[in-house]
Amino acid sequence: MASTDVTRQLDTNVRPLSMSGHVGFDSLPDQLVSRSTGQGFCFNILCIGETGIGKSTLMDTLFNTNFENSESTHFEPKVKLRAQTYQLQESNVQLKLTVVNTVGFGDQMNKEDSYQHVVNYIDAQFESYLQEELKIKRSLHNYHDTRIHACLYFIAPTGHSLKSLDLVTMKKLDSKVNIIPVIAKADTISKSELHKFKIKIMSELVSNGVQIYQFPIDDENVAKINTTMNSHLPFAVVGSTEEVKIGNKMVKARQYPWGVVQVENESHCDFVKLREMLICVNMEDLREQTHTRHYELYRRCKLEEMGFTDTDAENKPVSLQETYETKRQEFLFELQKREEEMRQMFVQRVKEKETELKDAERELQGKFEHLKRLHQEERMKLDEKKTMLEDEISGFSKRKIAAELLQAQAFTGSMNIKKDKDRKNSGFM
Amino acid sequence: MAEPQSKPDPDPEPKTEATVTGQDLFGYVGIESVLDQMKRKAVKTGFEFNIMVVGQSGLGKSTLVNTLFKSKVSRKSCNPSFEEGISKTVNLQSISHVIEEKGVKMKLTVIDTPGFGDQINNLNCWEPIMKYINEQYEKYLKEEININRKRKIPDTRVHCCVYFVPPTGHCLRPLDLEFMKRLGKVVSVVPVIAKSDTLTLDERQRFKERIRQDLWTNGIKVYPQKEYDEDAEDRILNDKIREKIPFAVVGTDKEHQVNGKNVLGRKTNWGVIEVENVAHCEFANLRDLLIRSHLQDLKDVTHNIHYETYRVRRLNESNLNGIGLSASPLASMNGTAVRKESESNL
Repeated sequence: MASTDVTRQLDTNVRPLSMSGHVGFDSLPDQLVSRSTGQGFCFNILCIGETGIGKSTLMDTLFNTNFENSESTHFEPKVKLRAQTYQLQESNVQLKLTVVNTVGFGDQMNKEDSYQHVVNYIDAQFESYLQEELKIKRSLHNYHDTRIHACLYFIAPTGHSLKSLDLVTMKKLDSKVNIIPVIAKADTISKSELHKFKIKIMSELVSNGVQIYQFPIDDENVAKINTTMNSHLPFAVVGSTEEVKIGNKMVKARQYPWGVVQVENESHCDFVKLREMLICVNMEDLREQTHTRHYELYRRCKLEEMGFTDTDAENKPVSLQETYETKRQEFLFELQKREEEMRQMFVQRVKEKETELKDAERELQGKFEHLKRLHQEERMKLDEKKTMLEDEISGFSKRKIAAELLQAQAFTGSMNIKKDKDRKNSGFM
Repeated sequence: MAEPQSKPDPDPEPKTEATVTGQDLFGYVGIESVLDQMKRKAVKTGFEFNIMVVGQSGLGKSTLVNTLFKSKVSRKSCNPSFEEGISKTVNLQSISHVIEEKGVKMKLTVIDTPGFGDQINNLNCWEPIMKYINEQYEKYLKEEININRKRKIPDTRVHCCVYFVPPTGHCLRPLDLEFMKRLGKVVSVVPVIAKSDTLTLDERQRFKERIRQDLWTNGIKVYPQKEYDEDAEDRILNDKIREKIPFAVVGTDKEHQVNGKNVLGRKTNWGVIEVENVAHCEFANLRDLLIRSHLQDLKDVTHNIHYETYRVRRLNESNLNGIGLSASPLASMNGTAVRKESESNL
């Protein structure tokens, strides 16, 4: 990607033109830069490493200022990320620096989830940028970019090899952020061991397919220095904010009974190389890589996940509007289906209830009839008995009448006889 | 300078954001080298600039562009015989060149508008131009919304529109007013007085004042717009420019000898009009504005303001219709996300 970027974008009818005098647009880069200087730059660094490995100290040393970080405890239940933003200024350049530290990394007994929190944080930053970009009314040029531009991974100076936690974490992060591995507390390893350690680390990274950030070698100005630096990865650093008097200068160093380790001495540690590479030479490239590679990848995955594609099954370009239309139809259709389902469910329930009620009704009805019948039977029986009784009564009364009649007849008969007798008797007289 | 202001952020993962104003750095860090890094990268990728010239035929548009970029940018002036008749409609011709100066490569695109204002009935002659400008915005927007998008989206949006006012000496004509009013809303318009060697200095001054008055009464905003001045420095600089607008220019590509030096100029019987002499005409001011000091600003205003306005309008209207680009991911992402949530709550 040499200086043919512009020519690459040209179509066939663009021809180069030579000018006969000084026009003046060579001030363009300056115009561009002065605009950005006014706005200030953003740079976000993520430091991952175990507690106590020297992350905060290194940041202090790197940016030559005291960030006021307190020591954190070793007893965190899970990994947390703490972000702090600082406004730094050097000559007329304003830098908004955000340093994100992992708190409690590698302290838990079960470290399976450790990397997940880091990944979530990085994704959250991408997500908020994506949301801002997709807004209708957006203000991208004023937006405070919180995406992580560089990730310094602190490797413990065991001298043997990478820990499995390191490998797993780096593997998960290499497609999301630019990883720069550093060997922390490098004054505990001797030179020969350091050399072997570095080779071991690089070979392990390569064999596990971890893609760490390679300094770009396509720009002629910095290609040479970057290639040399690439061969020195990972940098073995020592951080210190204390100053020790060496000769007649005060230098940043760590004082031991057996000597003084000078931070800015290239033969003692690689701190100067790290500062060169991170800030002086490649800061802009780190930011560009984050935006064009990692962020685009995230964006693509996120949008594809939501179902938006650029081409459909026949590889014809599908515009977003068609995708949107189809999605919208699908969605509406699904809503309708759901509505139908609910309605049907409702209807079914109603039917069930109705049948239940009907059953109950029938049962009651049956009982009622049964009772009614019983009642009727009883009544009939009673009626029968009544008629019988009445018959008897009437029979009895008939006999009674007959008997009385008979008796009355007999009486009148005797009375007649008596009357006759009397008449007879009286007639004689 | 050291005032730590901490803003605790209530988050599920307690992440505190403390904005600390940096204390003086204790030593060299190297932050300012980021400027060089940016410059290097910018030079490597190259620049693009699209300029549109609008005006009636015969006002010297092509000549002026050639003078600005000191080369035969416009093909018209390459043909000595102007055999092209007046075209029936306004058609736009865009020609691209790559020019390089001191390692800085620039792809310059000049969009010419032959036929503008030349008919008898000039109603709606700005429409093809508006359409073209909006088409470029549309192209950029489509590319930006793509899922797989290119590393560098090709920028064909019109960054600057130079409008040529004929040197009547009176005031702006209705066509000028209409055109600038409409176009001032979508693109940065820079009005210039063409062929200003027909005006004396006094006439020129009065003409300019009247033009400025006309622009102000009609609410026409020309570049540099007052609202987009970012800080006091910009405002002072831009105020100086605003006092001189519109620039009275003369264009030529011929050189003549004046006082022993070769200068660009027009030779007449009564003298040589030196194009680059500020006492004669304001070509140098225009060139400085367009190229040397405000080129990047023109691009920024186009990208941050005009393009965003277009985008907002476009996305809103496609939202209402439910068709078109539709904030597809945009509003719908927020929309469907909300709907999906409410669904799951059903």
